[in-house]
Amino acid sequence: MSAATATFAQRMRGSRLLWPVVALVALLLANAARNPGFLSVRLQDGHLYGSLVDILKNGAPTLLIALGMTLVIATRGIDLSVGAVAAIAGAVACTTIVGSSDPTSPAAAVTGIGVALALCLVLGLWNGFLVSLLGIQPIIATLVLMTAGRGIAMLVTDGQIITVRNDFFREIGAGFLLFPISILIALAALVAVALVTRRTALGLLIESVGINPEASRLAGLRSRTIIWTVYVFAAVCAGVAGLMISSNVSAADANNAGLWIEMDAILAVVIGGSSLAGGRYSLSGTLVGALIIQTLTTTVYSMGIAPEVTLVFKALVVIAVCLLQAPKMRARFARRRPAGHPATQPSADADSLAAQQDPADHDAAEPDGVADRPVADAVDAPDTKQKVTQS
Amino acid sequence: MTDTPRPTTAPTGDPVVAMRGITMEFPGVTALADVDFRLLPGEVHALMGENGAGKSTLIKVLTGVYTATSGTTELRGERVAFAGPAAAQEAGVSTVYQEVNLCPNLSVAENILLGREPRRFGAIDLPGTRARAAELLGRMGLTIDPASTLAEHPIAIQQLVAIARAVAVDAQVLILDEPTSSLDQDEVAELFRIMRHLRDQGVAILFVSHFLEQVYEIADRMTVLRNGRLVGEHLTRDLSRLQLVSAMIGRELGVLEEVERLAEDAGSGTSGAPPVLEASGLGRRGSIAPFDLTIRSGEVVGLAGLLGSGRTELARLLFGADRADSGSVRVGGKDVSLRTPRAAIASGIAFCSEDRKGEGILADLSIRDNLVLAMQAARGWARPIPRRTKDELVARWIETLDIRPADPDAIVGRLSGGNQQKVLLARWLVTNPRLLILDEPTRGIDIGAKAQIQKLVAQLAAEGMAVVYISAELEEVARLSHRVIVLKDRAKVAELDASATVDDIMGLIAETDATAAPRVGTAARTEQVAS
Repeated sequence: MSAATATFAQRMRGSRLLWPVVALVALLLANAARNPGFLSVRLQDGHLYGSLVDILKNGAPTLLIALGMTLVIATRGIDLSVGAVAAIAGAVACTTIVGSSDPTSPAAAVTGIGVALALCLVLGLWNGFLVSLLGIQPIIATLVLMTAGRGIAMLVTDGQIITVRNDFFREIGAGFLLFPISILIALAALVAVALVTRRTALGLLIESVGINPEASRLAGLRSRTIIWTVYVFAAVCAGVAGLMISSNVSAADANNAGLWIEMDAILAVVIGGSSLAGGRYSLSGTLVGALIIQTLTTTVYSMGIAPEVTLVFKALVVIAVCLLQAPKMRARFARRRPAGHPATQPSADADSLAAQQDPADHDAAEPDGVADRPVADAVDAPDTKQKVTQS
Repeated sequence: MTDTPRPTTAPTGDPVVAMRGITMEFPGVTALADVDFRLLPGEVHALMGENGAGKSTLIKVLTGVYTATSGTTELRGERVAFAGPAAAQEAGVSTVYQEVNLCPNLSVAENILLGREPRRFGAIDLPGTRARAAELLGRMGLTIDPASTLAEHPIAIQQLVAIARAVAVDAQVLILDEPTSSLDQDEVAELFRIMRHLRDQGVAILFVSHFLEQVYEIADRMTVLRNGRLVGEHLTRDLSRLQLVSAMIGRELGVLEEVERLAEDAGSGTSGAPPVLEASGLGRRGSIAPFDLTIRSGEVVGLAGLLGSGRTELARLLFGADRADSGSVRVGGKDVSLRTPRAAIASGIAFCSEDRKGEGILADLSIRDNLVLAMQAARGWARPIPRRTKDELVARWIETLDIRPADPDAIVGRLSGGNQQKVLLARWLVTNPRLLILDEPTRGIDIGAKAQIQKLVAQLAAEGMAVVYISAELEEVARLSHRVIVLKDRAKVAELDASATVDDIMGLIAETDATAAPRVGTAARTEQVAS
């Protein structure tokens, strides 16, 4: 075992991403057990085909929206309007394309996309205005557009499902460049955000605003501008996701496009380990979270779980993952594992054992189960100072 | 100085709490090393030490917030390991923290008995709750209407309610962590009366305070910690103040005298220096009346006044934290508009708020991130400070200010108050400000860090920085300042030169308000410097 592997394993043990990744792998394996062809990917006509590729393709909108949501949540906010914004983007793009002189030309598609994204930018400005300038609580401020947005989309489409036949537009959601174009767009956005926030100071400033807005203001941060910007970014992400969704089916459905996707996106962020209380955020966590959410959806269909219970099933898995990565649960797992050893070992072993301790252990105050903890054993030993305890 | 007789001999009997060989290790830090501690029934026992000495950790081990790496805790001779503060309270060990942890929107009675309300037919018996609360308050000699809302009462009463809540469970051990830091003299006297009352009923009280004078007034015995180790356990009357302070900081007291000398050296000849900031008619309705103020390079200007006199409000206007609605400001001879902190920072002004937690630190971030925040904000997000420059800066300031632990990656929320304050000072000093405004920089921190910060202020002024220094401790203001601005009732009432004494300042504050008492810290400071 090389040293590099060892450090990777150690890093994973300490990482909040451990359990989400385990959950993702477990879901994939469960699918593979049920359907042996699940993991196979084949190449045909320069496209990749397979269930895994479908997960990537269908998960792209959720990932993109979760990306915007991650930054919003990092500033202590939340954006409930992303699903409605996605629906508006699809509706505006499709009606623009259909209404143009040549609905099948790439020019029409580009115009439609441009108009849709410009409108999303305005909607993001609106959300940001309510939150950062008027100081309305984010959940309320974005609830406005969440409810009104569907209505706006209905107005745009006149209540009809608008279908388009435009090959260029279809590429965004259904096209392939070996991989699905949609996931390539989403991953490119993820990488771009990672570079922009972590290679510059933007990430630090966003986290600062989320952790303590007043302290950040007094340290000279432009808190308002930062908050405003993340809402605009989230809305544009939602817009692109909405284009993917309507492009994939070549139609705009004001009622059902991106329905409940805000919940999936929030879940993806939370599963990924970013706190809803704001502050520290993890983009890689969001990626894993979005993949888990999409794999779950796929699993539900491929396992033939009855439609009536799919949402319940989804909820159970989400609860399990969230519990597994909670610090208290992690601390408990870390404690249980070495608990097989007698706690009163010769002191020579103390250092090596102590070195294995999860650094997060000490700050978890245990509500119960004192008696079965090794510390109780150690306390009974006559020479306690020499002993290592597992608390 | 006490009005109730102190026990003529040391409190005897079996200790109610006996902790032996307590060691507490965090990753990379040993917070406590082999500490013994005992608490006898019917005594007030002071736990003394600098910030970071391990006082809080020891209390947290006792109340089950932390589980000690090794060592034993006995309560009434029985070995215990509480699973948490709630379990400790069940067993009769109650804690009242520095910040009042109550529900301001509930009544006094509900707060005292929250979670333990008398019940009738499964529902809370409200009249019963009030009666029981009234009885508890009466036993402490307090006349507070149990039905009144907690938020109606001043912070001192709320503190007493928190104590009533703590003893409502028949506590045998009462832990008071810095209970006096926000109280005035009369309120402290009331608190002490109740502490003596409880002590005489056999309650063992563990008392933590930075005010030496209070400790000498109330404590029977004291245990001194330094750097996580036990220095000694003494009867209060056996240990002089000087001995106590040397035990706590483990070095000679010369540093305070040095501060004074530095301040005096720098004080000469600042009147000719160019003004850094000139405010004329600056004011904000409902906050502070319009005032004129000139601050020169190399000068420490002290702001003195009681709590609520407008000290903080004046400072916030100078920094743009609040927007002035009258007057004008010139910085370095140029008219500026200090509409936001950002604008003030661009003019070379820095401000450390008195509210370290709420308006200062970013608790979840590292020392490194906290330290560079203001500098980074000024540069803009697109121009990150290069990694190497940042590491050098952080390492240099950790060393200069003796920040502990000296680990740039340490999470600031876990540092002691004094070290958090140093991180905040460093955050501003890296921006190299022309004017540094410090609002209560030494509140709630120990003598060692306090002396270090005062010395730093004197040094910075000697190097030409202008400093506005706010402190409730008049002795501190008088010692450090070249000029003292006296504030009262949200207005500037006087300006005194370096020769001003504490008595002069107190005279001005008390002039038409004879009842106003200075903060209790003052006497303690005089004592230290004199000894």
